Amino acid sequence: MIEAIAALVNADPAIVRWGRGMNATFMVEVGDAQYLLKVQDGKLALEKGPFVMRSWSFAIRAKEECWKKFWQNPPAPGWHDLFALLRRGDVKFEGDQRVLMAYLLYVKLVLAAPRNA
Amino acid sequence: MKIEPIVGRYARISGCRMYFEEAGQGIPLLCLHTAGSDGRQYRAVLNDRSITKSFRVIAFDMPWHGKSSPPAGWQKEDYRLTTGAYTGMIMEFIREMGLERPVVMGCSIGGRIVLDLALKHARELRALIGLQSGAFVERYYDAAWLDHPEVHGGRACGAVAYGLMSPLSPETERWETVWHYMQGGPGIFTGDLHFYQVEGDIRSRIGAIDTSVCPLYLLTGEYDYSASPRDTEAVAARVKGAKMTIMKGLGHFPMSENPEAFLGYLRPVLDEIRRG
Repeated sequence: MIEAIAALVNADPAIVRWGRGMNATFMVEVGDAQYLLKVQDGKLALEKGPFVMRSWSFAIRAKEECWKKFWQNPPAPGWHDLFALLRRGDVKFEGDQRVLMAYLLYVKLVLAAPRNA
Repeated sequence: MKIEPIVGRYARISGCRMYFEEAGQGIPLLCLHTAGSDGRQYRAVLNDRSITKSFRVIAFDMPWHGKSSPPAGWQKEDYRLTTGAYTGMIMEFIREMGLERPVVMGCSIGGRIVLDLALKHARELRALIGLQSGAFVERYYDAAWLDHPEVHGGRACGAVAYGLMSPLSPETERWETVWHYMQGGPGIFTGDLHFYQVEGDIRSRIGAIDTSVCPLYLLTGEYDYSASPRDTEAVAARVKGAKMTIMKGLGHFPMSENPEAFLGYLRPVLDEIRRG
């Protein structure tokens, strides 16, 4: 489902505006599959891995079945927000937490966008 | 134009200039907002004629929050809410305002502190309603980022609050709730979370709550993962006589994120309290 994420985000100005000023690349892992999400002023580009020695600002990693539940529309209780998964230990945040927290609303809206695919 | 029946005033309480809103007449119903927000969360309760015809509904902004001022000298220290300060402030407000045996309803940190009020002040209160009550929440993210010079506090606090709500709640009310969070002063949400996630662990004490002196109602939204249904169930299992309801389709801010659905759960509780 993540394949459609860039088109969904870039077509929605209500999401893009929350990423204004963000120029960073972050990693999302869906199980073993790696994706780099490159953000330029709120606009998103997706690149599928695997990658060798690529840099990223922060990484968000979860099992494939977790993302599947997260991307259901509507999601069930406990699967509706990244921090819900965080409290249970179903998702891991690594890297530069400052960038993640500075753009947390944007990142949450971006990662929830595949629900509308 | 429609003018709401809510009236807002200021009072000098606890050494602070405190703002409160009220509507209605009858049994005092004091409403406690969540961490990092303010009394506007209770706008729908204050505007509900079926409640205000029997209850004098009052919602204050805690010192440091909303339109209430911080104490003099605030710039010299970090704000850190504690159980003692929170309970003391609520009881001082009740005494100074002359509220006779009020019902106290609180959400999140307010849902936690009603458990302390049940232990220490049961005889002075008519009933307690805990929304999203849990006896303790261990830290699962670093709240220091919500008060960091290189992270916009309003945006970060808003993002945390956004996720705690139900995706089924109406979009307009959800984003209104986020807006309140975005308006909080620097370090205020973090300071409240010190009570919620560090200092205010009430797990070892709640077994002593006597609901025959002061009834305790627990209403929790099923989408909340901060004070989850499981956390509230753990409280209800320890407090004999506590009446628990899990609210379908609601999240951490039921009164603010989906007022209509919440009022459907609240009105029968208030009717029961009124009938005594």
